[in-house]
Amino acid sequence: MTNKHYSNIRATLAIAQASFRSIIRSPSSVVFTLLFPLIFILVFGFISGGGVISVDVGLAKTNDTINPVYQGLKRVGVIHLIHTQTEQEMKTNLQKGTIDAIMDIQKNTAPPYYTVNIQYSKASGDKENILKSALNNIFFQINTHLPGAPPPVAVIKEVAVQSREYKTIDFILPGQLGFALLSTGVFGTAFVFLSLRLTLVIKRFFATPVKRYSIVVGEAMARITFALIGALFIISIGHLAFGFTLVHGFVTVVNMLILSFIGVLVFMGFGFTVSGIAKNETSVPPIANLITLPQFLLSGTFFSINVFPAWLQPISRALPLTYLNDAMRKVAFEGASLMDVSHQILVLCLWGVGIYFVAVKTFKWE
Amino acid sequence: MAKQPIITVKNLVKNYGDFHAVKGISFDVAEGEIFGLLGPNGAGKTTTLEIIETLRDKTSGEIFVDGFNIETDAAAIKKRIGVQLQSAGYYPNLNLSELIKLFCGLYGIDKTPMEMLEKVALTDKAKSKYKELSGGQKQRFSIATTLINDPRIVFLDEPTTGLDPQARRNLWDLIRGIRDQGTTVVITTHYMDEAEVLCDRVAFIDGGNIIGIDTPDHFIDKLVASGFERKKEVKLANLEDVFINMTGKEWRAE
Repeated sequence: MTNKHYSNIRATLAIAQASFRSIIRSPSSVVFTLLFPLIFILVFGFISGGGVISVDVGLAKTNDTINPVYQGLKRVGVIHLIHTQTEQEMKTNLQKGTIDAIMDIQKNTAPPYYTVNIQYSKASGDKENILKSALNNIFFQINTHLPGAPPPVAVIKEVAVQSREYKTIDFILPGQLGFALLSTGVFGTAFVFLSLRLTLVIKRFFATPVKRYSIVVGEAMARITFALIGALFIISIGHLAFGFTLVHGFVTVVNMLILSFIGVLVFMGFGFTVSGIAKNETSVPPIANLITLPQFLLSGTFFSINVFPAWLQPISRALPLTYLNDAMRKVAFEGASLMDVSHQILVLCLWGVGIYFVAVKTFKWE
Repeated sequence: MAKQPIITVKNLVKNYGDFHAVKGISFDVAEGEIFGLLGPNGAGKTTTLEIIETLRDKTSGEIFVDGFNIETDAAAIKKRIGVQLQSAGYYPNLNLSELIKLFCGLYGIDKTPMEMLEKVALTDKAKSKYKELSGGQKQRFSIATTLINDPRIVFLDEPTTGLDPQARRNLWDLIRGIRDQGTTVVITTHYMDEAEVLCDRVAFIDGGNIIGIDTPDHFIDKLVASGFERKKEVKLANLEDVFINMTGKEWRAE
């Protein structure tokens, strides 16, 4: 027996240390947090340039939609026409790379009857060529429809806008990072707490003077530390090996790590909830997948949520990972500050409050 | 009773819904003794133990452990007791040395892993994982974790279940050693031979009631005095004695 004052901090740190050791020795957590995202990044890094799914083209609102050029483009599957944005919005979006081109179809009274003004950016990459070839196809059709038609009815005028090059890695990496955080937060937390409960490790802890919050905080510290080390690892590999864009360098990395921290904290709430609901270890994966899989597919991990049908987009926009991915990309590629993505952070925090409310209700100690 | 009671249980009741697991039992455990709780499965032994260990709430009754009330001083009691749970697990992926360090942190005690492992003769397993240990080694390691805080009382729930005769005898020596250091031991077991040689006093629990408390010797003498006789002539040795005699008493590394 000791008369020394009992230290809750020491107990918490002892659990954090034990838990961290356990995590880094567990093959599944290393695979999910480090190897999985790395494989995706490698695959997408090496086939960069591939994986173009849609060409987003901003269209001035004033354009009429019955002209044959517009009608022709509408039929081309890969071309995605947007005419909801103002001219100013389109310009900034083009620079950011969220749209690939701005188009203005000008109607003339004399031949050529249609002039198509197009602005590209360097971020457009291969998409520029896709749009060009689609337009050339349409023009060829229109031009040949005119009887005895020597003068061209349509010409293309191109202007290139200076901007950063938006690489595949710039889209893929934040998505992979977000998903890695989701996996480690949900699966890692759920499995650990369920197994600690089922193997009576927690019960044995309760026979010592340790406080409950020490167990939760200690575990969380270990999990978060591991997740952040994983994030740093992914960002470093992406940047060094594949030229992942970090606009403000070190500051961007720190901002991404802060976002990672918020993300994994929110996702751990789901993990706590799953560990409470699951009766045994075999029921963890189905429940956890129910949470992670929709977000994996719908939160813009692999491709922009703009390509989803309109009815699916509200669902995408409700998921927390969507906001984490969005904030990550803005911070990394556009150089946004955390204040600039405060809306995304706020939505994440709201999810956090909601899920921890549920977690407190469902969590079981024994 | 000559010695001061270190645990006092008065009219302890525990109900799980309609099921009455413990029906108003009372007993004292004296300081420095090995006290056995005996009874069939489901008799209420583990429930009673876990209530005293502050791991489970009671329905009613009063319990004092080393002068502290379990209702109001659970934290103080936890610092004074060592608890070995039936089939408790340990943190995954850690070796014994790291687990001892973890428990030192949980108790807020400065002890070296080697010092603790030495007490249970497991220093050569310091780098092994818990799951790699044999049954006897697991139990000894469990006991090592209960001794970290130099407890006044150690609770052992069926520590010898599933062990071979050598490992069992080895554990008896360890438990006697703990008692000889002045620590009170409360133990449950299904083996009456074990209770007979190990326990200073035993309580029989059945159906949530205590049906007798005394020293093993007195129980046996009373039964014999009542005219009871074993059907078979008692020989001077039994088959376990043969087993130990043939395979050797010393505990072997598994």
